Amino acid sequence: MIELWNALPVLIQILLKITAIILPLLGLVAYYTYAERKVIGYMQVRIGPNRVGWRGLLQPIADAVKLLMKEIVIPTKADKTLFLLAPMIAIAPALAVWAVFPFDEGLVLADINAGLLYVLALSSLGVYGIIIAGWASNSKYALLGAMRSAAQMVAYEIAMGFALVGVLVAAGSLNLGDIVAAQEGNLLTWFWLPLLPLFGVYLISGVAETNRAPFDVAEGESEIVAGFHVEYSGMAFAVFFLAEYANMVLISALTALLFLGGWLSPLPAAWTEGSWLLSDGFHWLLAKTFFFMFLFLWLRATFPRYRYDQIMRLGWKVFIPITIVWILVVALAVVYRLPPWWSA
Amino acid sequence: MAEKLIFYILAVITLWASVMVITRKNPVHSVLFLVLAFVTSAGLWVLLEAEFLGIVLILVYVGAVMVLFLFVVMMLDIDLATIRAGFVQNLPLAGLIAAIMAVEILLIVGPGNFGLDAFPKPEPLGAEVSNTRELGLLLYSVYIYPVEIAAVILLLAIVAAIRLTLRRRPDTKFIDPAQQVRVRKGPDRVRLVKMAAEDVAPVVDKGDAQ
Repeated sequence: MIELWNALPVLIQILLKITAIILPLLGLVAYYTYAERKVIGYMQVRIGPNRVGWRGLLQPIADAVKLLMKEIVIPTKADKTLFLLAPMIAIAPALAVWAVFPFDEGLVLADINAGLLYVLALSSLGVYGIIIAGWASNSKYALLGAMRSAAQMVAYEIAMGFALVGVLVAAGSLNLGDIVAAQEGNLLTWFWLPLLPLFGVYLISGVAETNRAPFDVAEGESEIVAGFHVEYSGMAFAVFFLAEYANMVLISALTALLFLGGWLSPLPAAWTEGSWLLSDGFHWLLAKTFFFMFLFLWLRATFPRYRYDQIMRLGWKVFIPITIVWILVVALAVVYRLPPWWSA
Repeated sequence: MAEKLIFYILAVITLWASVMVITRKNPVHSVLFLVLAFVTSAGLWVLLEAEFLGIVLILVYVGAVMVLFLFVVMMLDIDLATIRAGFVQNLPLAGLIAAIMAVEILLIVGPGNFGLDAFPKPEPLGAEVSNTRELGLLLYSVYIYPVEIAAVILLLAIVAAIRLTLRRRPDTKFIDPAQQVRVRKGPDRVRLVKMAAEDVAPVVDKGDAQ
């Protein structure tokens, strides 16, 4: 089996690895939409989808087929090339980031030194899909949504970047695998505790970056009908939808990786001897990611939409000062080797 | 071999995109071609093993600066007819200036400055060398004064830009969101009052009402 694998050309090996990452991811995204409808349904004392398949389990597939069959309507005065390019620009960075994402010790497609920087750079490209969609649609609501999201994403990207600077200072490396290795120990040595303010800022900025409730002013279905994707239909719309959910999965997975020790087990090493379930492994990363994915849905079911000027105030006047102060604190703690995190 | 192929593909796209930036009629298209040129230049830097610079180019220019650029350009109401008016009569003078500038550039950075003699091929470094670290060490030791001075100049530019454009307008109905979010339900919005029950409303004889 291994000989067969090694006999394949490198390019084919890489393509197979990419498929092995992307296919489960798209499946996860599809069932995330189902989970959202179910979870929010139960939170609002409804049942949610329950007609297609057992307990509605085939609903995402039915939705996908429906969207595939629908006509893609292109508005008359729209910029046709950019109109069709925008959904692709939205989804490409959301998928490309997974190239440097480590799923377990050494289990990564591209183990690059500047991994964290790569993640930040690619996630900053997602905003182009939204802006181009808003402008190319030639619709006032779409343009308003694009304007709102551009201002919001640029603002929260800075807070998010500063939070990641804190992680980088604490771990002393930009490599995602090394960042997890730096959190080795137990529940209390993971970065969520020494970087608690940055953890909060990162998580909330992540919600804002993905344009999810309560920061969903780019869509604002009750104010500007559906914002940037109001003119989109069929598969073109579905791709935006996929991109949004793929980004949510990504932010959840990154939060688990950077602040909650990734694949590290929360139990002390003495207890986990000889048990794969309790010791470090991919399943811990998955469990932590699922927790944050659930949090996204929980937030949506709980909070009303933020007003635009309050969003800007939170981003610029609250989060950015917090992150700058805490970077200073972390830097001092690292320099003076504050125990128990940086005593070694 | 593969490296060379990737280089030529990226270089051709960079040049093509740069030409498109100055020839497109629609400014939004120009900005997007500029973004493409930045992305492919970042690819060229990564080929030179300067992956830190390449990624930062994407992060800063594509991810932040060009987004704001696009933001402004989309808001502009550009009348192409007025911009293109007088193109023909200005062409001789503009062409002459352009030619002089091109000659000047050629004299300063002519073909003699390039090629393998001027820049011998550097030894490729191993994968374990982190050029982020190398660059950081250089910037904050050898080049500390230039970095600090550049930072102060940028800060000055920010402060100056804000000072020049910030105007207090007394007529806007601006609400301070900081004050608003501090409003609490208890003392500020809802007040619970304990009071005794009032008398039952007196019965009115309906016959008289009219």
